[in-house]
Amino acid sequence: MLNISGTQINFLKVRVITFILSAILIFLSIGAFFVNGLNFGIDFKGGTLIEIETSQEIEISGLRDNLNTLELGDVQVQEFGSSKNLLIRVEQQLGGDQVQQDVVQIVKDSLGSYLSSDINFRRTEVVGPKVSGELIQSGAIAIFVAVFAMLVYIWFRFEWQFSLGAVLALVHDVILTIGVFCITQLEFNLPIIAAILTIVGYSMNDTVVVYDRVRENLRKYRSKEITDLLNLSINDTLSRTIVTSVTTLLALLSLFIFGGEVIKGFTFAMIWGVIVGTYSSIFVAAPLLRYLDVKREWNTTSAVDSTR
Amino acid sequence: MLYFSNLKIFSVLAVIIITLLFAVPNFFGKDQLETFPNFFPKQQVNLGLDLQGGSHLLLEVDTKEIIKERVENLNADVRRVLKKNNLNYSNFKVSNDSLKFIVEGFNSEIQKEISELSMSNSQNILAMGDQTNLIITQEENTVQINFTEEFIKQSVSNAVAQSLEIVRRRIDELGTREPSIQRQGSSRIIIQLPGIDDPDRIKSLLGQTAKLTFQLVDTSVNFDPFNPSKAPIGSEILASDADEEFKYIVKKRIMVGGENLVDAQPGFDPQTNEPIVSFRFDRIGATKFGRVTQQNVGKPFAIVLDNKVISAPVIREAILGGSGQISGGFDSEEANDLAILLRAGALPAPLIILEERSVGPDLGADSIEAGQFAAIIGFIAVIIFMIFVYRYFGLLADIALIINLFMVLGVLSLFQATLTLPGIAGIILTIGMAVDANVLIFERVKEEIRNGSNMMNAVENGYKRALSTILDANITTLIAAIILFFMASGPVRGFSITLAIGIFTSVFTAFTFTRLLISFNAKRLKPNFVGLSKNA
Repeated sequence: MLNISGTQINFLKVRVITFILSAILIFLSIGAFFVNGLNFGIDFKGGTLIEIETSQEIEISGLRDNLNTLELGDVQVQEFGSSKNLLIRVEQQLGGDQVQQDVVQIVKDSLGSYLSSDINFRRTEVVGPKVSGELIQSGAIAIFVAVFAMLVYIWFRFEWQFSLGAVLALVHDVILTIGVFCITQLEFNLPIIAAILTIVGYSMNDTVVVYDRVRENLRKYRSKEITDLLNLSINDTLSRTIVTSVTTLLALLSLFIFGGEVIKGFTFAMIWGVIVGTYSSIFVAAPLLRYLDVKREWNTTSAVDSTR
Repeated sequence: MLYFSNLKIFSVLAVIIITLLFAVPNFFGKDQLETFPNFFPKQQVNLGLDLQGGSHLLLEVDTKEIIKERVENLNADVRRVLKKNNLNYSNFKVSNDSLKFIVEGFNSEIQKEISELSMSNSQNILAMGDQTNLIITQEENTVQINFTEEFIKQSVSNAVAQSLEIVRRRIDELGTREPSIQRQGSSRIIIQLPGIDDPDRIKSLLGQTAKLTFQLVDTSVNFDPFNPSKAPIGSEILASDADEEFKYIVKKRIMVGGENLVDAQPGFDPQTNEPIVSFRFDRIGATKFGRVTQQNVGKPFAIVLDNKVISAPVIREAILGGSGQISGGFDSEEANDLAILLRAGALPAPLIILEERSVGPDLGADSIEAGQFAAIIGFIAVIIFMIFVYRYFGLLADIALIINLFMVLGVLSLFQATLTLPGIAGIILTIGMAVDANVLIFERVKEEIRNGSNMMNAVENGYKRALSTILDANITTLIAAIILFFMASGPVRGFSITLAIGIFTSVFTAFTFTRLLISFNAKRLKPNFVGLSKNA
C-alpha cells in the first residue's frame, strides 16, 4: 500500500539548491531561445505541410533531392511514425498569400511522377503569411492573458504575496517549457500553445492546493516559524500532489505512447509541464513565500475563508 | 454532509442519468438509432474535420479590389461632371482610395453635382439616411475627393456578404455534403467541407471571380495576335484563355454582362460533339444581346471571362431568342464548372485563400482509433492506481470516473460541441485530472482520521474542508480553458471545450455522486477503506 501521508521532509532546507537549479534551467532556456530559437511549425512560420502514406517503403533522401529540384526553397522530408508515412514540409513562398496555394499542386504532381507506389494524401495544410502572423500573436497574447488572469485570481482569493509567488512559479514553468522546445528543437505549433495554457492551469492548480494549506496553517499556528510552517504545508499536501501528478502522468503517457503521431508534440509538452509544474509548486512557489513577507494575522471570519 | 434528502438523491441521480442518456447514441450506428423511440436522444458527438476527414478553408475577400473599383467608378463620374461643365483639369491623380486634380472654377454647385451623381450610383450600398458618401476638400485649385470611411466600410461589408452568398451557391452546386460556410470578422469566410480531403476543384472554383462579359472585338486596327501593338483608346488587349500568348483587341464597352444570365448548363455541340455551355439571358439581357447581334452581323464577338477571352466567334445572324452557347475547347468537366460559375454569379472581388487544412478520412479514422485506445489504457492505469492507493475509496472514485467520462460524452452530444483530436487529448487529460477532487477529499479524510476523528466525522469534515481547495484549484484550470476557447479556433478549441466540460463533470461527480456512494455505506466504513492501515 502506498502511503505518503505524514511525511516530514524538510523541503525548504534544499531551497538554495533548488533555486539555483531553477535559475540554471531558466538561464539555459533563455540561452537556447536566443541561440537555437524555437522550431516553428507552419502554424507560425507559414508554409505547406503534406503527410502521405505510400504502399511501398520510400527512400527518403532520393525523394528529398527530387523535391529540392522544384525550386520551392527549403523542402524537408521526414518519416512520420512509420517508414511508409512521410511528412513533407515546404517553406513559405515569397509573394504573399496567393502563391502559397500553388505549392500543393506542384508537390503533388512531382510526387505522382517520381514515386511509383500508390500515394494516399493523409493531410494537407497550407498556412499563409497573414494567418501565421496572427496565430503567433494570438498565441502569445493568450499565454500572457492566462498568466495575468491567474495573478488576479490568486490576488483576489489570497494576498498579493501569494499571487506574486504563484505567478513567478508560473513564469518559471512557461519558460522551462518553451526552453525544452528550444533545446530539443521539437516542432512548436498551435497545439503547443494549448499545452502551455493547460500547463499554466495545471501548475496553478497544484500551487493553489499548497497555498490553500499554507493559509490554513497560518491561521492554525500563529506563532510557528514560517519555514517550518511552509514545510508542514508542503508535507500535508504532498500525498495529494503526488497522487494527482501520477494519475495525470499515467493518462498522458498512455496518450503519448498510443495516441498517434499527430499529437505527440502536444502530449510531450503536457508531460513536461506536469513534471515542471509539480516541481515548481513544491520547490519554487512555496519556498518563495518565505521571502515575500506573508501576512500572519488572518481574520478567521473573513469572507475568503469558505472552508468553515 | 453525508446526509442526503430523498429529493437530493433523486435530483443528483436524475442529472447523471439524463446526461448519460445523451451519451448513449454514440454507441450505436445511425441505422440502429432510427429504430429508437422518438423521445430518446439521437444526437451523436459532432466530429471535427480532423477526425472525420474533410477540408477547412479560410478565405479573404480582397477588399482592396473593391475600393479600387469604387474609386474607378468615381473617377469616371468626376471626369464626366467636369467635362459637362467645361472645366479644364490637370494633374489628375488616382490613388488607392482618392482622386486628386487641379482645376479652375470648381465651386459648390459642381461639388454638389458630383456628390449627387456619386450618391445615385451607389444607392445599393448606402445605408439609410446617408447624406453623402464623399469628402471633397479644396485648397485653392487643388481638389481632393475621398469616400467617407462609413461608405468604404459599407461597400466592403456588402461585397463580403455577396461573396458569402456566391461561395455558398458555388459549393452547393457541387453537391457537397453538409458544408459549413461562415463569415469571420470583417472580410473573411470560413468554409468547412466534411468528407472532402482534396479540395482542388473547390479551390479552383473559388479562385475565379467568374465575371463574364460580352464585348465586341475591335476590328478597326490590324494587329498581330502574338505581338500586339498598343490598343486604341476605348479598347483593350486581352489574352486568350486557352493560350496566354494569343491576344485579342476588344472594345472596352461591355455589351452584355453575366449578371443578366438566368441559366447556364453544360452540354455537347450536336455537330462537333465538343463540350459546350449553353446559357439563357433574362429579359433585359436578351434584348441587349439581340440588339448587339443584330447590329454587328459578320463581326467577331468576344466572350470574356475574368479578363480572358474564352472565344470570339463571328456573329452569323441576329440572336433574338436570348440564349446561346459558349464553346472554347474545354473538356466536359471544365464545361460543367463554367456552367456552375455562371449560374452562381460573379464574385464582387477576388477571394484569396489564407489557410487550408485538409485531412483524409484514413488519418481521421486512425486518430479516433489511437485516441480511443490511449483513453482505454490511460483509464485502466488510473483505475488500478487509484484502487492501489485508496482501496475502497479508490474504487468509488473509479466508479465516479467512469460516470464522469460518459457524462463528458453526454454533454458533448447534448450541446453538439465539436470533438477534435486535441479534444480527445482533453478527455484523456480529464481522466487523469478528474480524480483530483476525490484525491483532495480522501487525503483530508485520512488526515482527520490520523488526528483522531472517527470515520463518520472524518468523512464529514473531509468534504467540508476540501471544498474551497477544490474550487480554487479547478477554477484556475477553468480560466486557462476559457482563455483558450476564446483565443483558439478549430481543433485546439475542441481541446478547451472537453477540458472545461471535464472540470465541471469531475467536480460535480466528486461532490454528489461519490459522496452519495459513501453515504450509502457510511456505517460500514473502516479506516483501511481510505488506504490507511489500522495502526496509522
